[in-house]
Amino acid sequence: MAPEAPGFSSIVRMQAVQKFFGAVHALRDIDIAIGRNEIVGLIGDNGAGKSTLIKVMTGVLAPTSGKIFIRDREIQPNEYSVRMAHDLSIETVYQDKSLAEKQPLWRNFFVGRQIANRFGFIDIKREKEVAQQILIDVIGFRGVGITVDSTVGKLSGGERQGIAIGRAMHYNADLIVLDEPTAALGVAEVRKVIDFVRRIKQSGRACIYIEHNLAHVHEVADRLVVLDRGRIVSQINPRDMTVAELTEYLIGLQHKG
Amino acid sequence: MAQGSGESFAERFEALPIIIVYALLLALFMYLSPGVFLAPFIYTTFLSTLPPLILLAVGLTFVIGAGEIDLCFPSIIAFSGFIFAVLFKEYDLGWIAVLAGLASGILVGFINGLIIAKVGIPSFMTTLGTQFFWAGMATVLSGGKSYALRGAEESSVWQWIVGRPFASVTSVPWLQEVSIQALWTAVIVGFLWLILTRHRFGEHTLFIGDSNDVSRVVGIDVDREKIKIFTLMGFLAACAAIILTLENKNFFGNQGQGYLLTAIASVLIGGTSIFGGRATILGTVFGCLIIGMIEAGLVAAGLTGAWVRTVQGLIFLIAIIFYLYVDEPQRRQAFLARLGSFGRFGGARAAE
Repeated sequence: MAPEAPGFSSIVRMQAVQKFFGAVHALRDIDIAIGRNEIVGLIGDNGAGKSTLIKVMTGVLAPTSGKIFIRDREIQPNEYSVRMAHDLSIETVYQDKSLAEKQPLWRNFFVGRQIANRFGFIDIKREKEVAQQILIDVIGFRGVGITVDSTVGKLSGGERQGIAIGRAMHYNADLIVLDEPTAALGVAEVRKVIDFVRRIKQSGRACIYIEHNLAHVHEVADRLVVLDRGRIVSQINPRDMTVAELTEYLIGLQHKG
Repeated sequence: MAQGSGESFAERFEALPIIIVYALLLALFMYLSPGVFLAPFIYTTFLSTLPPLILLAVGLTFVIGAGEIDLCFPSIIAFSGFIFAVLFKEYDLGWIAVLAGLASGILVGFINGLIIAKVGIPSFMTTLGTQFFWAGMATVLSGGKSYALRGAEESSVWQWIVGRPFASVTSVPWLQEVSIQALWTAVIVGFLWLILTRHRFGEHTLFIGDSNDVSRVVGIDVDREKIKIFTLMGFLAACAAIILTLENKNFFGNQGQGYLLTAIASVLIGGTSIFGGRATILGTVFGCLIIGMIEAGLVAAGLTGAWVRTVQGLIFLIAIIFYLYVDEPQRRQAFLARLGSFGRFGGARAAE
């Protein structure tokens, strides 16, 4: 993973980014940089702009204004897309929106970047082989009755998150963005996801982790970025604050008006 | 997750249930009307009459597989049929008339796709509107006239598109009746089967049918793929129009109307999900064979033509209910809940 001398100061950096939805000012003056080997927790109330921020960061939405740099190189907003983000080693795992229910796992691993010949026909055999490797080596699903032909609809919530995160890790992403990966999961499944997040860091990658559950994010994050009404209001080192203090602080934000 | 595999029985053998139903129905008709169903002529008739239905239904397999619907294709059959017929007959343009007919279908489909993907109007509404528009255009431009293409069988266009290649080389009567459009249809269907099952475009179609949101975040250009799907549908409807017009040696304004129910029914009988995300070309072809066979079988059994639609409609409903309960029991509640609200075809997918 070559942690030495990466040749850039941040994987992704947003500078003075604004995003409007009609009259709604969803993101205001966003300045944020994500470095290597870092797990950044993005927290804030519903509607604070967390999802919008990562959608702009990962090419799903174009910013209204501002600049985005990936590995210190400026990206033209009109050229930026999910596919370009993939090419630049940025992967996103959305809560419930990363996998297509009725499709088999092998198709879910490769859709959008199929192993195909130049006429666009998919090499199904090869895709299934690689999918099998991902399933066993990256995700660690061994002997749990899940094969590359299983459809997503048959998996539990935790298994789905595991698959989605495993897919992101397979593509050697430098930055993996997780949008509420533990929402609606049981306790044991939450543990698995948190383990996955730790492994992201151990393998030399960075991660942005959006989470409602402060205990979860406090446990794994190196840095917490607090969003309130579209603005970054503070950056916190979780070592400096207990979960209870953090909760208190966030509630305080709501009452400041 | 029994059998160490996530595939259900139906998934492993594409279209297996419908192939069994087809075989059973065929046996039933052979038993009821042996004079018709044990002679070769009924099957050579199918070879000349079923291609338009199959082409339409295969196109709809992509559309419905993508979670959309197209109600406009009967009007493409009218409009493209008119463009072809008038250029072929009045202007004697031969193959140029064929190209113009195809181009007009592609254009209509492209416009449908543009309205659906870029303006964002649900496909149900869009194609309901464009259906009336293009049917109206065909009537206005043709002045309500029909065009009899007398003598068309002398032309190379007729010979190549709907000719009878064995008519002059054999003395076997049923072989003489084998029509070449069956071959073209088989080639197109085989190619589109490859596209749906192993091409990027087919995969994108099914992912879009599964969920537009997921498709966007995995990097599929949803708008562009939808435009392509409706353009493909327009092209296939134009192919059907030209084959139909040449086979009948006649164009008339409402020649497409009978296909609305039969084509959609064929797709859904075949096992393509009404919710999108799962589609089978093979199933669709067998759906078409069943629909066609019912028509011939009921008439042969002495029932009037009025019964045909009734029975087809009934089988259509039985098939939908069967797939709903057997293949997607988890969707049953959602489906029943939706029955109260207006049709879900191509509409808001917020519930996904």
